Amino acid sequence: MNLIASLGQWGMGFVSRSGAAVLFLFAAFRGAFHSLPRGCLIIQQLYAIGVLTMLIILVSGLFVGMVLGLQGYYQLVNFSAESSLGLVVALFLVRELGPVLAALLFAGRAGSALTAEIGLMKATDQLAAMEMMAVDPMIRVIGPRFIAGLIAMPLLAAMLSAVGVLGGYFVGHGQFGVDAGVYWSSMQNGVDLVDDVLNGVIKSMVFGLIVIWVALFEGYSAEPTSEGVSRATTRTVVTSSLAILGGDYVLTALMFGGF
Amino acid sequence: MQRKSIEIWVGLFILIGIGSLVMLAMQVSSAGTGASHTYRVEARFDNIGGLNVKAPVMIGGVRVGRVGNIWIDKESYAAVVGLDIDRQYDTLPMDTGASILTAGLLGAQFVGLSPGADDFYLQEGDMLEFTQSAIQLESLISQFMFAQGSGKKDDNSAAEGQ
Amino acid sequence: MNEPDLSAEILHSSMFYNPMVEAKNVHFSFGDRVVYNGLNLTIPRGKITVIMGPSGCGKSTFLSLLGGRLQTDSGQLNFDGAAVPRTKSPALFEMRRKMGMLFQNSALLTDLNVFENVAFPFREQTDLPEELIRILVLMKLQMVGLRGARDLLPGELSGGMARRVSLARAIALDPQLVMYDEPFVGLDPISMGVIVQLIRRLNDTMGITSIIVTHDVAEGCSIADYVYLLDNGAVAGHGTAREMMHSDQLGIKQFMNGLPDGPVGYHYPANHYLDDLYSGTR
Repeated sequence: MNLIASLGQWGMGFVSRSGAAVLFLFAAFRGAFHSLPRGCLIIQQLYAIGVLTMLIILVSGLFVGMVLGLQGYYQLVNFSAESSLGLVVALFLVRELGPVLAALLFAGRAGSALTAEIGLMKATDQLAAMEMMAVDPMIRVIGPRFIAGLIAMPLLAAMLSAVGVLGGYFVGHGQFGVDAGVYWSSMQNGVDLVDDVLNGVIKSMVFGLIVIWVALFEGYSAEPTSEGVSRATTRTVVTSSLAILGGDYVLTALMFGGF
Repeated sequence: MQRKSIEIWVGLFILIGIGSLVMLAMQVSSAGTGASHTYRVEARFDNIGGLNVKAPVMIGGVRVGRVGNIWIDKESYAAVVGLDIDRQYDTLPMDTGASILTAGLLGAQFVGLSPGADDFYLQEGDMLEFTQSAIQLESLISQFMFAQGSGKKDDNSAAEGQ
Repeated sequence: MNEPDLSAEILHSSMFYNPMVEAKNVHFSFGDRVVYNGLNLTIPRGKITVIMGPSGCGKSTFLSLLGGRLQTDSGQLNFDGAAVPRTKSPALFEMRRKMGMLFQNSALLTDLNVFENVAFPFREQTDLPEELIRILVLMKLQMVGLRGARDLLPGELSGGMARRVSLARAIALDPQLVMYDEPFVGLDPISMGVIVQLIRRLNDTMGITSIIVTHDVAEGCSIADYVYLLDNGAVAGHGTAREMMHSDQLGIKQFMNGLPDGPVGYHYPANHYLDDLYSGTR
């Protein structure tokens, strides 16, 4: 009996929290719309969200590309197909690893920081103080961060893919002597602008929305205590990571499976 | 001073990001092969083997287009392949032949074109007359084994071999 | 004893004509927890009104209700002659421009320095040119004596200084009403004296109506023009600071003199002590 009751309690909590999250998303879109004229605020957030995440993205992208180059070469050379190395590296990065890995890193680096920042602003009454100064925190605080997240994520994913392709090139060409022309032309023949690149960009946009939504919502609805903020930060990373990986499956099935 | 450096960094960030997108579009994928730059011709095959949509179309090893789509003719049950040829190659003779070839022993299949000598050029919507179906490895092997088994008795097949 | 009563009577009638804030039979509860059951109080214009009460009696909640961050369940709550609008309505934002609030933990925006914190209301609410904003901000900072600290970040300020910056920000747009939530908590005696003096001076020179929520009896009474004592969701007593100090009512007496036991029980409500000890369950 207790088990059923606690299950019901959990279910009700889940439903009400999901509803709150959806309402928050609408409010965030409204706030983002109203904060559009505040270019200065958006630039500040682009710095905090984008620029500070760029370094980790570039370094990880380079290493991931190099590992793909190594592994791809070791496997392809068995079939004397190392001429397809560029294609393998590029498809992996553009379709999957670029968007997914960038989004996971983004959630860990920028998402958690956003949740902590907004949770602390709530805990120290900064949001309440803004309200009392007749300033809507959804416009002043949430809106610019929301926009900055939506802009930054596709750019970061593209950076990771681009640097990764270069990393694969360094390994393939520099270490194994795969011909540079072959590396790039196999890539150009096999990678499609719409099917692969554009779908990858769409994926990263969806992931950006997921991460920024989860991060801002968790921060905004965090319990205003230090314990509550730390729990919210953890939840941001866990929830958005799961949502990214689950969403990736759904998106991949829709984009590449249907035809 | 501080605001200035933030703006510079953000500008740099957006530049690098857009630069990456452009690189993915131009360098990694083959941009510029959009629908408006190609014309469509059709080729009819008995068997297309493992040919896929987006497989390259080549003349003498040079890519001139790609396979647009593949379907079955409802009356003759032959496989019809739509080939999107780049506009820059608009002087292919009418009697150009198409064959389905394989890159390497186990590689992906592609359509190879062998230009003829006709005075008229292929136009949008034309049908290629001379086609050669995909060579299937398993039928090749069975043919070979059959020929081996019956080669001693059958003069015809021995004559063909010479 | 009769003479001050008479003067108080006259004082009351003049003080409470056209009040700034009026609460009539206000009910409010957080879920099951009843905070107010029939709160009636009147805040006079241009005076310092101190709202006191034991911890957890909902003193700060009153400021949230008045600021429109929470909604009354029933009853009437008027600010400047009009009811406090519903939360999130445009009228509410309009009303808040006439209010300033000093939060208990200062609530300075941590990513902005002192100058930008005080400039924040100007930048958000007005289209004033940068030159003028600079002058206005420096004037406000001069008022609280922190013009020299304009480039510091909130993290570099002491508690007292942060509260003064927060005060400068609260009065930036020359509000009619300033609400102070526990302004004396956690301050050393010097900072406390500075804050008390500042509140008094701002009130007198700028004609601001002030509401101070505190449980600090000595400081509260030293500054108050009028005192309300809240308990159990309603007003337990009210009067000038002097009347309150000399009240004969047991509840008021207990609170004002800080006696451990009285009408406000020392023990949290529980069943009988011995029953509890021998009952065996937790």
